[in-house]
Amino acid sequence: MPPPAARKRWAWGWLDAVLLATVAGLLTYLGWMSSTVFSYQWDWSSIWPFIVRYDEASGSWVPNLLIEGLFTTLRLAVWGILIAGVIGTLMGLCRNSPRLFLRLIGGSYVMLIRNIPPVVFVFVFVYFIASQIMPTLALADSVAGLSATAQWWVSVFFGTPRLIDNFMLGLICLSVFSGAYVTEIVRAGLQSVPRSQIEAGKSLGMSRIDILRFVVLPQAFRNVLPPMAGQFIQLIKDSSLVSLVSIQELTFMAQDVQVTTQRVFEVFVFIAAVYFVICFSLSRLFAMLERRYARAHH
Amino acid sequence: MSDAIIRLRGVNKWFGQVHVLRDIDLDVKQGERVVICGPSGSGKSTTIRCINRLEEHDSGSITVDGIELDENTANINAIRREVGMVFQSFNLFPHLTVLENCVLPQIRARGTSRKDATEKAMAYLQRVHIPEQIAKFPAQLSGGQQQRVAIARSLCMEPKIMLFDEPTSALDPEMIKEVLDVIVDLAQSGMTMVCVTHEMGFARKVADTVVFMDGGRVIERAPPDELFGHPKSERTKTFLSQILAH
Repeated sequence: MPPPAARKRWAWGWLDAVLLATVAGLLTYLGWMSSTVFSYQWDWSSIWPFIVRYDEASGSWVPNLLIEGLFTTLRLAVWGILIAGVIGTLMGLCRNSPRLFLRLIGGSYVMLIRNIPPVVFVFVFVYFIASQIMPTLALADSVAGLSATAQWWVSVFFGTPRLIDNFMLGLICLSVFSGAYVTEIVRAGLQSVPRSQIEAGKSLGMSRIDILRFVVLPQAFRNVLPPMAGQFIQLIKDSSLVSLVSIQELTFMAQDVQVTTQRVFEVFVFIAAVYFVICFSLSRLFAMLERRYARAHH
Repeated sequence: MSDAIIRLRGVNKWFGQVHVLRDIDLDVKQGERVVICGPSGSGKSTTIRCINRLEEHDSGSITVDGIELDENTANINAIRREVGMVFQSFNLFPHLTVLENCVLPQIRARGTSRKDATEKAMAYLQRVHIPEQIAKFPAQLSGGQQQRVAIARSLCMEPKIMLFDEPTSALDPEMIKEVLDVIVDLAQSGMTMVCVTHEMGFARKVADTVVFMDGGRVIERAPPDELFGHPKSERTKTFLSQILAH
């Protein structure tokens, strides 16, 4: 006899209709309220000049504050993910190390950062630490001494050479902070690889480093792709915190524009949409990676 | 015995308070096929895991091919190059294909070129009768196929000695034969083998010596016909009657 017909996943009941009607009603009400009660005139055109502006000198459209802020945020995101990834992997290995000293280093690093609110960490890091170290490094002066081509490359990867101190500060702060969370994810990943894998490597005569590099780490990373993706997306959102210490990224620029134009809603809804697109694209990318690796294992 | 390639003398091991190996003496000659059997918890697996230093013995001495096994990592690595191991749960690298599983250890541990390593891997995969699976991942293979890949992977390192830790215990009955056939074939080619197993038929066919262990001690050691036919110790007799009852 044939198997019973498969039950539909989306069965429409009376409760669903009630909820949908309630939500639709609520949205309509809010829409009406915002247009009649809130005496706010939406004016999107006022922020346009801050996205791109016409430069008479070169005779073309050049990016203005908001786009420049966006590029800085993107640079912070890409470099931040790379550097936090490296810091997190090294510290995660330390946490899992048989040597007590390394375990203490990794453990203290994580404990310190995870127990301080991000905003407080940013202030402590930038005002106390960076004010001592940054002048010694004198990056802006070194870059100013480079050739014009080199300076152009610097501006592509790190932003305006003049502001390189500022950018590096934000980048290091963000990477060190996120690195602590990546460390814990890497540690979980390392522990998720069964000991028998290491035994197999040993019995084949592979060195500890080779076992780590070719057997353990690839499996560890594949196992923790979901939380790792989440942490990287969190890093992009955390980058908005460095606006509090005048790093010229998107949120900082938005506040600048908002003060000038008094168009609070338009500016912040715009940058919210920009952050959404960046973070959502990254989460899609990771979902694709996860699917690709899942295929190999099943 | 001067021609023993593996020699254990007075080996003791504790896991915490539990005394798992008690004064183990064992000699394995070159080309000898030794089967170790006994009830679970008797220390069989621990014994062979001590031979390639996956476990550390607490007292006594272990010598493999003339090299003393101690904390000296150079010695440990030299011994591991001579000794291959096949595990109960296969332990293939799940993120690599079958071919890459066999090729990677050769490239990293022996410095073989990729071309030579691939040739050798293909030869051994042919020998265990699964050359057509090279592009598959371990999860796509049956247990019997995975174990045969594991055997090929160990053989690619061209060891002098092969250790088997209950190679068929995790397999479905219909796959046990295909793996045992490969191991018998290997034995008949003259490989020195120490095999922990419950497969008595296999022991009878292939072993030169059967060692019975119980409670961390070597109780009896004899050629299979003698041990199975005329066991000397009471404990051996009890164990055999339980095993051979069905």
